[in-house]
Amino acid sequence: MNKKTINVKDILINNGIIIVLLLMVLYVGLTKDNFFSGSNFSNISINVACRFIIALGVSGCLITKGTDLSAGRAVGLAACLAGTMLQKADYSGRFELTKNWPELNVWLVLLICIAICCVFGLINGIVVAYLSVPAFIGTLGMQLIIYGINLVYTKSVPIGGYRSDYTVIANGKLFGVIPYLFIIAVVLGLIIWFIYNYTRHGKYMYAIGGNEAAAEVAGVNVKKTKIIIYMTAAAMYAIAGFLLGAKSGGVSVNLGNGYELEAIAACTIGGVSVNGGIGRVSGVLIGVLVFELLKTSLQFLGIDPNYQYIAQGIVIVVAIALDIRKYIAKK
Amino acid sequence: MAEYRLEMRGVSKSFPGVKALDGINLKVRPGTVHALMGENGAGKSTLMKCLFGIYHMDEGEVYLDGEKVEIHNPDEALHKGLAMVHQELQPIPERTVAENMYAGRYPTKNFGPFKVVDHKKMFEETEKWLNDVKMPYNPKAKLGTMSIAQMQSVEIAKAVSLQARVVILDEPTSSLTDNEVEALFRIIRDLKSRGVSLIYISHKMAEIREICDEITIMRDGTYVGSWSMDEISDDEIVKQMVGRELTNIYPPKNDTKAGEVLLEVKGLSSIHDRSFQDCSFQLRRGEILGFGGLVGAQRTELMEAVFGMRHIKAGEIYIKGKKMNIKRPQDAIRGGIGMITEDRRGTGILGCLSIADNVSISSLDQYLEYGIKINKGKVENLVKENVAKLSIKTPSSKTRIQSLSGGNQQKVLISRWLANDPDILIMDEPTRGIDVGAKYEIYQIMIELAKQGKGIIMISSEMPELIGMSNRICVMCNGRITGELAGEEATQEKIMSFATQF
Repeated sequence: MNKKTINVKDILINNGIIIVLLLMVLYVGLTKDNFFSGSNFSNISINVACRFIIALGVSGCLITKGTDLSAGRAVGLAACLAGTMLQKADYSGRFELTKNWPELNVWLVLLICIAICCVFGLINGIVVAYLSVPAFIGTLGMQLIIYGINLVYTKSVPIGGYRSDYTVIANGKLFGVIPYLFIIAVVLGLIIWFIYNYTRHGKYMYAIGGNEAAAEVAGVNVKKTKIIIYMTAAAMYAIAGFLLGAKSGGVSVNLGNGYELEAIAACTIGGVSVNGGIGRVSGVLIGVLVFELLKTSLQFLGIDPNYQYIAQGIVIVVAIALDIRKYIAKK
Repeated sequence: MAEYRLEMRGVSKSFPGVKALDGINLKVRPGTVHALMGENGAGKSTLMKCLFGIYHMDEGEVYLDGEKVEIHNPDEALHKGLAMVHQELQPIPERTVAENMYAGRYPTKNFGPFKVVDHKKMFEETEKWLNDVKMPYNPKAKLGTMSIAQMQSVEIAKAVSLQARVVILDEPTSSLTDNEVEALFRIIRDLKSRGVSLIYISHKMAEIREICDEITIMRDGTYVGSWSMDEISDDEIVKQMVGRELTNIYPPKNDTKAGEVLLEVKGLSSIHDRSFQDCSFQLRRGEILGFGGLVGAQRTELMEAVFGMRHIKAGEIYIKGKKMNIKRPQDAIRGGIGMITEDRRGTGILGCLSIADNVSISSLDQYLEYGIKINKGKVENLVKENVAKLSIKTPSSKTRIQSLSGGNQQKVLISRWLANDPDILIMDEPTRGIDVGAKYEIYQIMIELAKQGKGIIMISSEMPELIGMSNRICVMCNGRITGELAGEEATQEKIMSFATQF
């Protein structure tokens, strides 16, 4: 009897933030009319999809005790790159540089975005793995570099007038019900889940996070693994940026600003340990959901958007305090 | 004056699922050194943590000089005159000796309306206390520049400066050289003569015999008994600790003749002048090659270089006659070498990962299907097989390795390499910090591997282990191999004479 109450208490504390959030969702859903509606769910799933993809990328860096502060700007760059290459032929405000280019295949453009972002991911990986620069600093530098490159490239001109075969990727629905974005996010989530759990790369990643020196002795190619992690992350940002651009139908250089912090926060809420070695794809998903549901709920409650930042900040700190508590108790 | 300086009566402590301590008694007389012995996992650390209020004891009482006390945290313990010198020192290396000694209780002076640290007083006081334990170090030296032995004396001086009545030394000599041990014993005797009581936790029988007056033995969280050192023999102590007679401490060696040369190292020199220089040796199939020497003889550094963990300036490594270019551990592993490092926690285990992950990490290529997916069933079988073969005690293969005892962690690391089936296994202090029972099991595994035709290099600082296990012994001193002895001709004296050549 006694033991059981302890368990209930532990469950409540360990999952406190999720439980509080579910209660809040329930409250909002029961008091506001449109919350539990198909359109709202599809709306949320579209919002969650891109954040989830970015968080997936960042999670690998976090698991190896690194981080990637260039995520948000890489998303912005990918969105701008895609936008400049996928404007309508007859659009009046076409981007100067690509004005006379032939019509490019949408998927080819996606590949170009991924390739370009991966170059930055490669540099991040080399800086972290070979030059031993702390990831926090190395990727902070990269954040500025990518933003600078984006400013130079776009000259801060907003880009719009997208082709419909581009925008449909984000706004279309399979059988008119399931958003394509949702499907893409699920597929990417499954791929990353497979990599983390069933491949050598995944095992090496957790080993490096657990104890880098020991992993090296055990024969793990630490440098190569880290580089792959930062490149995979960059590929994720490219896909997310490409999709975000398609979703909004236009883009400016400021897209993606601060997304890396949201992604890091979501990962940590989902149990990815900043001390390395621990983290699951399901956790990342939960973290992102917590964040997006929080935002949506606050909107539905009609709370001043300025206050929403404060609420988000509190959730991050509380979530992480509760999470850290688990590890301290285990000692 | 009470008969006992410190008395712990009937201390019990349970953790979920385990009774860690069950009715432990510990009685320490004033001005004596009291040995606390027991296998790893016997509950010595838990008992000390209860004493210092880090754990809250379920039952039991503590008396200091006959007066009942309740201690809720280490800070209170310190104020009541209990001080502990930890096995793993936790100093602040970038600050001075004095700052480390006075951390948290800096002497202050008034500077206008503010209270500021009185550096002059702090340095003077530190110097005084250091001189008091006859360790005249510079109080302004950075602690990080000192040896472990010196840091330890600083800790002891700190305990003295706090007017400690009871000082607990937890495996104080595990990383000290013989001279440093002598110096430590001098300090201990000095403290004793001032009426300070010491609790001495150690596995080393000779030291216990030399320095301790009384002994308390624990086994599996229970109290076995207390004796005066005069009335108990070494054999009796071991017997009480393990609860069984250890008829033969080392299993019989592999006596088949050593086969072909597996590993040959020629003129290996470190990039650092003060590390190993011009080292050459051979390892043959089926033999255990011991590496002896004093701490600091660069044995670990030499072996880590062979394994690709350190840079070399000159020298060649041949495996089965083939010249190898070993730049990193992966190259060595591909060449058929496995390595159990000295620092198990630092460079051995992957603490927050499962046993299965720890066993399989070096041999993942073997379990792939479709060239990419790891077959978890195969990994599970491998783990099961090893858990049974090496009798690893673990609840399941998903248990995190950090929750196992040292001996079981070591067995997991051995199975990691067995999965890879290397011809050559380098084991650096393979039984350090491992209890008697598990030690014997590890010895058996080593002999078994040698019989299967592997070559094993064992670095050991324990002379009996070196002599008891090795078919051949290389002795190092100051970065050079100074002698080689066949197993049967090796004696402690011969090894020592090679080890102290320079």
